[in-house]
Order: sequence, then C-alpha cells, then structure tokens
Amino acid sequence: MPVKRFDKTPMPVQPPDIRTRNFVEVNAGYTPAHAKFEAERCLRCQDPVCIDGCPVRIPIPDFMHAVVNDDLAEAARLLRSANPLAAICGRVCPQELQCESRCVMGERFRPVAIGNLERFVADWGRTQPAAATKRITQKEKVAVIGAGPSGLVCAGELAQRGYAVTVFEALHAPGGVLRYGIPEFRLPKSVLDWEINGLKESGVDIQCNVIIGRTLKLDDLFTEHGFAAVFIGTGAGLPQFLGIPGESLNGVYSANEFLTRVNLMRAYDFPEADTPVRVGKRVAVIGAGNTAMDAVRTAMRMGAEHAMIVYRRTENEMSARMEEYHHAKEEGIEFHWLTNPLAVLDDGDGWVGGMKCQRMALGKPDASGRRRPVPVPGSEFVLDVDNVILALGTTPNPMLTRTTAGLSVNEHGCITADEATGLTSKPLTFAGGDAVTGAATVILAAGAGKRAAYAIDEALKARRAAA
Amino acid sequence: MAQFEIVRREDFSDVTYLLEVRHPLMAKAARAGQFVIVMLNATGERIPLTIADVDRSHGTITLVIQAVGKTTRQMQQECQAGMALHAVTGPMGIPSTIGSARKVVCVGGGLGVAPVFPHARAYHEKGAYVIGVVGFRTKSLIFWDDKFRSVCDEFIVCTDDGSAGIRGTVTAGIAQALAAHADIGEVVAIGPPVMMRACAEATRASGIKTMVSLNPLMVDGTGMCGGCRVKVGGQVRFACVDGPDFDGHQVDFDDLNMRLKRFALQERTAAERWSDSCRMTNVPQAVPSDDWETPDLVDSVKGG
Repeated sequence: MPVKRFDKTPMPVQPPDIRTRNFVEVNAGYTPAHAKFEAERCLRCQDPVCIDGCPVRIPIPDFMHAVVNDDLAEAARLLRSANPLAAICGRVCPQELQCESRCVMGERFRPVAIGNLERFVADWGRTQPAAATKRITQKEKVAVIGAGPSGLVCAGELAQRGYAVTVFEALHAPGGVLRYGIPEFRLPKSVLDWEINGLKESGVDIQCNVIIGRTLKLDDLFTEHGFAAVFIGTGAGLPQFLGIPGESLNGVYSANEFLTRVNLMRAYDFPEADTPVRVGKRVAVIGAGNTAMDAVRTAMRMGAEHAMIVYRRTENEMSARMEEYHHAKEEGIEFHWLTNPLAVLDDGDGWVGGMKCQRMALGKPDASGRRRPVPVPGSEFVLDVDNVILALGTTPNPMLTRTTAGLSVNEHGCITADEATGLTSKPLTFAGGDAVTGAATVILAAGAGKRAAYAIDEALKARRAAA
Repeated sequence: MAQFEIVRREDFSDVTYLLEVRHPLMAKAARAGQFVIVMLNATGERIPLTIADVDRSHGTITLVIQAVGKTTRQMQQECQAGMALHAVTGPMGIPSTIGSARKVVCVGGGLGVAPVFPHARAYHEKGAYVIGVVGFRTKSLIFWDDKFRSVCDEFIVCTDDGSAGIRGTVTAGIAQALAAHADIGEVVAIGPPVMMRACAEATRASGIKTMVSLNPLMVDGTGMCGGCRVKVGGQVRFACVDGPDFDGHQVDFDDLNMRLKRFALQERTAAERWSDSCRMTNVPQAVPSDDWETPDLVDSVKGG
C-alpha cells in the first residue's frame, strides 16, 4: 500500500508572468506519473459518495482504479460511458462543489483531484485512434437546436442509439458557450474541435448558420423536414445590464460581447482577423462568476495594465470556480470587494472616463442565502477605469420561444420541461440545459442532454410500438 | 452545390453593388425589414445587411451593399457570381409592421435606398398609395428607378447637385410630399443616421408616425452580445432582436452616432492595411469553391 499523501498532486501550470501575455492553456495537465500517484490517493470507499456529487454519475473509484493499474483504455471507457464531454468537464466543472466536495479524503485532508484525473484520462483518450462509426439503424430523424453542451451531448447519445441527428446552430461555428464564452487559456479550441469531430464521425450532421425560429420555425422541423422529435438546447445567452447611467458609453461591453469578439471572432488576432476589440489600460469587470473571471483574465492578456474585479459582495459569496480565482490572483488581477457601481462616467468624448462606486457592507442573508450587501452611506468614490465589462449573468434567449406557439416558459423566460425527461409542453419536443434552468454549468447541461436523449429514444420506441 | 452561392452581381456605381445569393430557406422566411448577418470568409467580421429583395421561386435573396468599410470594400473587390460567402445567417430582426395606413411615404437615402424597397412593395401590395422618395448624390448613382416606379404611385428623386429630380436631400422630397398630401399616415425612412434623424425631424411637428431602421454595430445578431443596444424612448433596446425598426421620434440619434464610432480607429487601421495590401496585386477572380480563401496572390502577380 503506497503512502497516501495529504495534499492534492499539484497541477503543472504556466508561470503567471508568462501566461498573462499569451492565450495558451494555463494548466498543462498531469503526466502519467502524476496521475498514477494522485489516483492512488483514492480510498475506493465501499459507498462512493463522490459519485452522488457528480451530475452525470461518473464511476469515479472504478476509473481511478484503472489509472492505478495502468489500464488507461478501461479508464477512458468508464469515463466516456458516463460523460461524453469528459475532456471539457475535466477542465471547466466546479469540482470543489461537486465530486471533490464529497470525497472522504477531504474530511481530514485534501480531496482526491478527481477533476485533474478526469482531464488526464480524457486527454489520453484524445491521443487514441477514433473508434466511432456511423451506424444509422433507426428510421426516425431527430433535430437538436443549439450546438452547445446540452445539444452536443444529446446528439451524441442519440447517434449512439442509431438515430440520424441534425444539429442546428445559429452561429457560424458549433460549440455554443464552449466556443464563444470560455477562453482558449481555459479550454483550448482544439479540445472542443476534437469532441465535435468525434460527433461528426459518429454520424451527427451539424448545420451552422440556421436560426430555429427565424430561418426555420420549430414546427417546420416536424411538418416539412421530417423530424420525429426535437431537443431544444438554446442556452442562456442574453446578457443583463445594470441599468445605471453611462452604460451606453463606448468602452462598456457585456462580457458576452467582449468574449465573443475575442474567442469566436478572434479579435486577439486583429487585424489578421477582421473583428476588432478595444481594451483599455484600466479595465473593470463587474461581477465575480466564471464569466467575470474569464473576461478579466482575457482583458489582462489583451494588454490591460490593470484588470480588476468589482463585486458588491465578498469573495465568500462569489460564484467563480476556486481554481479560476486562484489563477486570477496569481496573474495580478485586482479585486474590489464590497464595491457597487453607481454610474459609468463620460470622459467628455463619449468614452468611459471612470466609474462612480459606493462601498457596501454585508447585512442579513437574502433569498439566495447569501448575506445581502447594503450601501455604506457617504462612501461614494470614483474608480479610475477606462473600460467596463459587465458580467452580471445571462438569461435564456427568447428568439425561439417567442416564435413558437405552444411552448411554455416560466416568468424568467426559461422553458418549462419535465425534470426527468426534459419533455416540454409540446409533444415530442424536449429541452435541457441553460434554456431550462437559466445560466448554470456545462456538466448540468450535459446531464440534461443525456437524460433527454434517453427520453426521446423511449418516446419514439413507444410511438413505434403503438403504430 | 456550394452553400450561400452568389448567383449574380450587378454594379450600380463605383461604390454600390448588388449580390444575389442562393439561400432557399431564407428566401422563404424573409419579410420586409429583416436583415442577414454575412461573413465573407473564415476570418471575416459578421456584418449586418438588410435584405433588399427575395425571389422565392429561385430561392435567392438580394443584398445591395455600399463599399464603405474594409469588409464591404473587400466584398466589392472579391465577390463574383459563382463563388460562395462563408456565412449568411438570418433572417434577423422583427419583420416590419406593414400597417393599415392608406397613404405612406417610403424614403431611402444612400445605403437605405434598396432596403426601403421591400416596404414600398409591401404597402403597394396591401393597396396603399405609396410615395417613394430616394436620395442620391448625383444622377449617375441612381439605381432601381424602374423597380421603385413599379410599386410607387408617386416617385420623387432627389439629388444633391440637382442633376436629376429635385435638388437637395430627401427631406426636400418629404416636404414636397407632405405639401401635396394632407392625409399621409406613415413615413418609413431608411438610410444613414443623419438622414433618418432629419426625416424624423421633418415629420415631428405634424406627428406623422415615422419608422426608421437602425444600423448599429453588431456581432452575433441574435441578442447575445448587446453591442447593438440603442436608446429608444429612454429605454435600452437591442436593435437585432427588438428592432431594427423603431419609432424615429423616440430614437436617441446622438447615442446611436456615438456608438457607431466605437471602433473607428480599428476600422481605419483595417481599411488602410487592406488597401495597402491590395495595391500590390490584381483583383482576385472568382474561385468556385465551398471553402473559399484568398487565392495565392503571389502567383497572380507573377502572371501565373
């Protein structure tokens, strides 16, 4: 029995002073020696509670065991059977709130680095020859709307069950938030492209530049294009604004716009790529979720001299992944906690000339269970910034729901769908991911896509039996 | 068959050109007032262009483009019948409401002349009395004269230099129409912001409903980036999903103009860099390929 180290095997990273000047992935990934050493820390509990913490129930101790035994093929098989986007989730899941929060090792020491090992095994899998084969055995066609996490997983699961699947994507490239939102230094596009190519090889047809609700109506998919069922995974892409004075000034972006310009449109390569982005010398990002961390670290890499987070609560209430926060701190990101923006100030030329803020203090817990920030009287001050990025969360895009009769949504604009199956108010129309839950995580969306794929299969089988 | 194939090109002047693009789904779905997002190539920008016409029987849409920035100038130089655009997405935006007005004025200036045509035709088909007003710098730039005449009961051409029609901007044409008709129910004005603002001012006193089609900077065109936010009646609206048509009397044109200048510096850099690079080479010819990329210019310079 090898000695079990107390601490996690550290993830090799690019040094902060170098990585703030490039877009190369921060985490370099475990070597096989790291991986085996870390996997040996797993206690292989009889009652593996870590699995209960995983939205897609990856058989964690089993794949750890396979890593220890140098059977990476088996580890990859176990992983992929539960999570079709393992290489992505190993990089972007908030493991500290999921599997690793349950790890028994974490009760006295540090939990096993399940996320790092997921990534290691999935990356090993990417070096192996593709095994996918196209095999359409069912006569029904299924349409998937949106090529983001939930749609891609749903399409992959349906293709494995022999359905001909077409994914419709509104943008010119598939991936959804994985492409336009999450930056290269956290999720390399090569990883995403590999996953998407795998889907294509398994027979999934991806049609970009098609907006369901505009180019085609949802009902047309059934009536004119011969689809037997539809899965809606349109995500939550609509940015929120604060509604404070000065938000229309030049130099104020939504995080969506800023990240889309840089990630999807490759503004980091301007003028080689045509889409510009203008990054100031002193950039303030409002909010403290993962999108805020992505935006502030991207601003730093785009040449900002000072990149800062402005958040009305404290680091204890922020929703960003712990790893992103640590990386951001290492990279010299400044944090203004308990700071609430009141107005963006005009520099006299229509551009951002500063931001008026006030100090906050934490009061009683609010509906979310977090302590509510309350203003400190007389604490107004001007923060010296020339660029403001708003990362305040997103809501579902209404373009599909507004143009589709009979599709119920709740008061937040989220599609109402059965939690277990994803079935919406329309027959043979399923939905999952952020379009149903509001902005959440990649893994929850993936889980919803997977459950809906089972439900679609069952519904079509039932229909066949009835016919 | 290549997707988004250009089936026809027509040049109206040294800055204005027409592209007819095969896109059967779009031709079927598009309504007056809607627009598309176009990408010329894989590293191109996503630019919004108003749909000027559709041909449902041939499954094509028509775009009339003014070469004003780097991308539109590059398209002018490179787009030929037979080649394909990298992406054409849409139709975006809320279709214009073709209301119950019995007498309407459809005003197009500059790059707005072609986009106002679908409105004129839609009102004509609804049986309204349509007065078309179009503005050009000079006579040689005039296009679609006959097309407009076929759907307009009256047609007023305005030129800056007086070489055709009445001398002056489109507001002179509006004034003429308003003077002749006391019962105008609606004005639709499409063109540069300065022109749309002038049209809205021309009708403000009389209170005639005046719709304008706003053209702010956009990225995705689906409501995702918020870059196209405009102020209308004191509210922030997204032109891509809440518009592009808005009540001209409510639009904050100062805000629109200011936001249009967001990337002026970068746009100039791109345009200068691009025109420097193409002075050295011949104009590339049509490349009938799906994955269209800039051909190897070195070879064409060598005469290869």
